[in-house]
Amino acid sequence: MDNTIEAHGLVRRFGDTTALDGVDLAARTGSVLAVLGPNGAGKTTAVRILATLLKPDEGRALVGGYDVVAQAQQVRQLIALTGQYAAVDESLTGIENLLLIGRLLGQSRAGARGRAAELLARFSLADAGGRAVKTYSGGMRRRLDLAASLVGRPRVLYLDEPTTGLDPRARSELWEVVRALTSDGVTVLLTTQYMEEADQLADDVVVIDRGRVVAVGTPGQLKAQVGRQVLTVSPVSAADVPVVARVVTDLSGAAPEVTPEAVSAQVSDPRLPQAVLQRLTEARVAVAELSLRKPSLDEVFFALTGHHAVDEATEPDDDRSAA
Amino acid sequence: MTTMTTITHPASPPATALQDRVGPLDAARHILTLAWRSLVQIRHNPMELGDLSLQPLMFVALFAYVFGGAIAGSPKAFLQFGLAGIICQNALFLTMNTGVAVNTDITKGVFDRFRSLPIARSAPLAGRIVADVVRQLWSMAILLAVGTLLGFRFHTNPVSVLGAVVLLVVVAGAFSWLPVLVAMLVDEPEKVMMLGFVVVFPLTFASSAFVPVSTMPGWMQAWAAVNPATLLVDAVRGLLVGGEVAAPALGALAWAAAIGAVCAPLALRAFRRRS
Repeated sequence: MDNTIEAHGLVRRFGDTTALDGVDLAARTGSVLAVLGPNGAGKTTAVRILATLLKPDEGRALVGGYDVVAQAQQVRQLIALTGQYAAVDESLTGIENLLLIGRLLGQSRAGARGRAAELLARFSLADAGGRAVKTYSGGMRRRLDLAASLVGRPRVLYLDEPTTGLDPRARSELWEVVRALTSDGVTVLLTTQYMEEADQLADDVVVIDRGRVVAVGTPGQLKAQVGRQVLTVSPVSAADVPVVARVVTDLSGAAPEVTPEAVSAQVSDPRLPQAVLQRLTEARVAVAELSLRKPSLDEVFFALTGHHAVDEATEPDDDRSAA
Repeated sequence: MTTMTTITHPASPPATALQDRVGPLDAARHILTLAWRSLVQIRHNPMELGDLSLQPLMFVALFAYVFGGAIAGSPKAFLQFGLAGIICQNALFLTMNTGVAVNTDITKGVFDRFRSLPIARSAPLAGRIVADVVRQLWSMAILLAVGTLLGFRFHTNPVSVLGAVVLLVVVAGAFSWLPVLVAMLVDEPEKVMMLGFVVVFPLTFASSAFVPVSTMPGWMQAWAAVNPATLLVDAVRGLLVGGEVAAPALGALAWAAAIGAVCAPLALRAFRRRS
């Protein structure tokens, strides 16, 4: 089977709002599919449908070849879900949380204990395992939540904004876990608002906005699709910025983006950087930095949807970050 | 968490074929596991341990020794009358914990995790019910034991006492749909507790639970007569120390059925909307 996850034309309405408006998704076995979009784009709704928590109004989705509506029970034997908030029982200890899941999945008492101990050790929670989860830090809860998802060795893992609110270190640690899982053949679908996350982790990216797919491809393809390269020039002296801007405007034929320190412009002619450098040398402007890069996924997102993926209001809050 | 990267996750597909349904034995096991989970929580939650054990103990002692003399002439005489009322009030109060727990599970996402597991669909709710029955039995046992210690005496037979226990469990079970409904509508567990104060307190105090209804002003007597708490208390009292049982018991069951019939579908509808 090529695609572990396949969805066609998913539609889901809540009252008057259409959360999903005909979404197609496909994740190859053992790959990471990133579903990228701003708050309210429909990411969580899509995950909830694929996790059998919600029925689509229209369309169809298969996970491991099983229909998420008609064969939900089989699908549930393949999947695990880690949501945006750590879904662990705060009144239980870390061990008890993992034992609970193991026992519900039909593991023997000894088997569940063994698996719990193994996972706690791997997520650096062995010392805290006997403590009630309400004494855990936000980062510890998220780790326990992920551990709980792995108790049953799922073939498919859904991560709904797994790193929202995590500090950079905890974030890169989670990325390592995801990479290790996919190298073992697990298919991962992750939703994110972070371009960097999709860029780092995903084999394929689906960009959704207001319930519709606006772009599909590898991170590289997406960047290439929108992406003329961006030239940025910073003179040594900020006083030279207007000169640089004039030169870049002359040569590129378009108005560049000017900041107090640098001038940026999209490049269509590959000879432009060299020409700019030559003119600046003639003008005796010392250049501190000249760079040519592909646009970031954030810029890609902006180009595709007309707005940025993360606005100030949805920046991660600190109280959930790792200790 | 430097060891996180060493995680292994064997890629072999599951050895057994995937099952398309949950067998009854597995379902029973899921229910018991989830009931275990609800009961183990108590160990880490001193507040709840207090609700379940200390509060009934205090209520019996305080009511008997503070109001007992004034209401009935002596603590012993009061217990003979009032223990049934204390038990009923306690049983209704405990249903608030059900609402709090349901709200916590939903708002924290724990419920979603259960629903994404290959377990019986009814297990989360049924497990909760089993655990709640155990809680109810536990605190009734404490109330009856402490009451007996302080001078309460049964004047009926064990079958009647068992009948009282069953009636209490059934009525409290149906009544718990009200806090569960509220739990579906509010965003914080604490708000469910408010219901205890605005509903259970007036309901149980303006009833025959602690004083004879005949001592109340007329308008309150009118309410107390049809108050479901009065009906429940009268039936339980009848089953513990003698008196009329059938009429108040049927009345209490009718109220319980009505509350359940209204609140349960509303709660389930609210739940579906929420998810």
